[in-house]
Amino acid sequence: MSGGALAGDTAGASAQTADGWRSRWGRLYLQSEGIRGWCLSAPALFVVIAALAVPIGLLVLFSFWTQDYVDIDTTLTLNNYQTIADRTIYLTVFARSVGISGLVTLLTVLLAYPLAYYVAFDVTRHKMVWLVLITLPFWTSYLLRVFAWKIILGYDGVINSGLAWLGVIDEPLSFLLYNPFAVILTLAHAWAAFAILPIYVSLEKIDRSLLEAATDLGDGPLRRFWRVTFPLSMPGVIAAAIVIFIPTVGDYVTPTLVGGPSGLMIANLIQTQFSKANDWPLGAALSIASMVTVTLIACLFVWFSKRATEKIA
Amino acid sequence: MSTIARQGRGYRASYAVLYLAFLYVPVLFLPLFSFNQSIYIAFPIEGWTFKWYGTLLENERLHEALGNSLEIAITSSVLATTLAIFAAKAYTRYRYRGQRLSLGVVMLPMVLPEIIVGVSLLILLNQIGLGLGTHSVIIGHTLICLPFAIAVLMSRMEGFDRNLEEASLDLGEGPVTTFFRVTLPLILPGVVASLLLTFTISFDEFIIAFFLSATDTTLPVFIWSQLRFPQRLPTVLALGACILVFSAILVVFSEWIRRRGHVKAGPGVWN
Repeated sequence: MSGGALAGDTAGASAQTADGWRSRWGRLYLQSEGIRGWCLSAPALFVVIAALAVPIGLLVLFSFWTQDYVDIDTTLTLNNYQTIADRTIYLTVFARSVGISGLVTLLTVLLAYPLAYYVAFDVTRHKMVWLVLITLPFWTSYLLRVFAWKIILGYDGVINSGLAWLGVIDEPLSFLLYNPFAVILTLAHAWAAFAILPIYVSLEKIDRSLLEAATDLGDGPLRRFWRVTFPLSMPGVIAAAIVIFIPTVGDYVTPTLVGGPSGLMIANLIQTQFSKANDWPLGAALSIASMVTVTLIACLFVWFSKRATEKIA
Repeated sequence: MSTIARQGRGYRASYAVLYLAFLYVPVLFLPLFSFNQSIYIAFPIEGWTFKWYGTLLENERLHEALGNSLEIAITSSVLATTLAIFAAKAYTRYRYRGQRLSLGVVMLPMVLPEIIVGVSLLILLNQIGLGLGTHSVIIGHTLICLPFAIAVLMSRMEGFDRNLEEASLDLGEGPVTTFFRVTLPLILPGVVASLLLTFTISFDEFIIAFFLSATDTTLPVFIWSQLRFPQRLPTVLALGACILVFSAILVVFSEWIRRRGHVKAGPGVWN
């Protein structure tokens, strides 16, 4: 039924057809899972498209424009990407960010695994208490958790003043703060729960009879872990790695508070372009370049670790 | 149990305790030094005082920031959870073409660095002339909260028997009544969990608010602005201690709600 015909009808008839249309639509709605599915997810999809897809499209467009003093030149060029490729500072900081985040991911997952294993397999009662204990510190302000490390590692900080008070040192140790090591330590602490929880969930899901079968078939504890438990926990390890790697590459708070000049990361460069340097197109190009780098590395990582798991199992 | 297995368990238990200490000790320095009389955050502690908590009550910019943060966190958590209820239903109850793609799209904000979300929204809002303030932070926070809300609600919806909904439809209730009288009561603990989680994410979020809040400072942006001034640090520490206690209460409360939900739904639903 066309809209024109509907509009031309008398009031009563149009109410009737509207009713007919509504019930037909209602029947169709109930019959087709596809229509129901798309209708119910449409508002969420709309938000993601309007507040993420469109802005990122615009970000890409911006990255091909150039800043011309106060104006923006809208001719499409690759100048910004050329600048990023030419200046070593950008490449250095990119490599450093990826390196720092990679180490943070590795360290956090390695440290978290035994704890997740302990809670999943050894704790029988009060599992929930353990999980709440693990997550509790992460419900406090992220900013303050990072800042806590600044007051711990600082020149006049907790460690230095504590050691001086105890008479262990005469001069404060200056190597603690403002370097990549401080960034790695702080991030490994700040993101710990994001590694523990996914690994715990995948360990918890493992069917215990598989482990018994491995033991019955003569596998020792180590072999059983390597051949059965570890491959089956891989989904959790991969999830943990992705959930930590992606946000930490783009972290701004930690490098700014504890990184110092030698611990600067991508987010600091991006933020500078959007504030002091006021070169939004270059900032956009840096954002896009880092986003593409991060996504590529994450995809490669998932692909490789899946292949590796298949080989072991 | 063999000796080796018991030994392994012993090692893991001591490791777990050490790890918990690593998680807690740095965080607990904040409340510890918030009671220190000296404005310097260093040992030895000079004396104990509550005066920094008193300064919290007088700081008007802090109250304003707290108000903004609460407004933003409540609005975005309600928006994200509402959108997620419908989306999670679509992803768990039906099977249709394009479902996985659609799920992938709504989960995207989870796998993007937040600074990208911040700068891209900054450019968009600037271009369409919508300006910056509370509203723009709400948009950003609703976006990043959405995947978390959907994940929480999907796991809740997968947990209960869909026959209950079908029974209601077969007995002649419409989809809307079925939703309010069957689905919603069953997923209520999930809704509460989602609201608490997304509230916390928004309340704690810094970088998006840093780019988008302009003069409507949120609490994290306010804290950030204070960190540069050593004489204001004790007040920040007192504030941090309050946030710590408040979140602890919130977590324990949400855990309690979740458990009650399990008991109430009964073994028939939770088989």
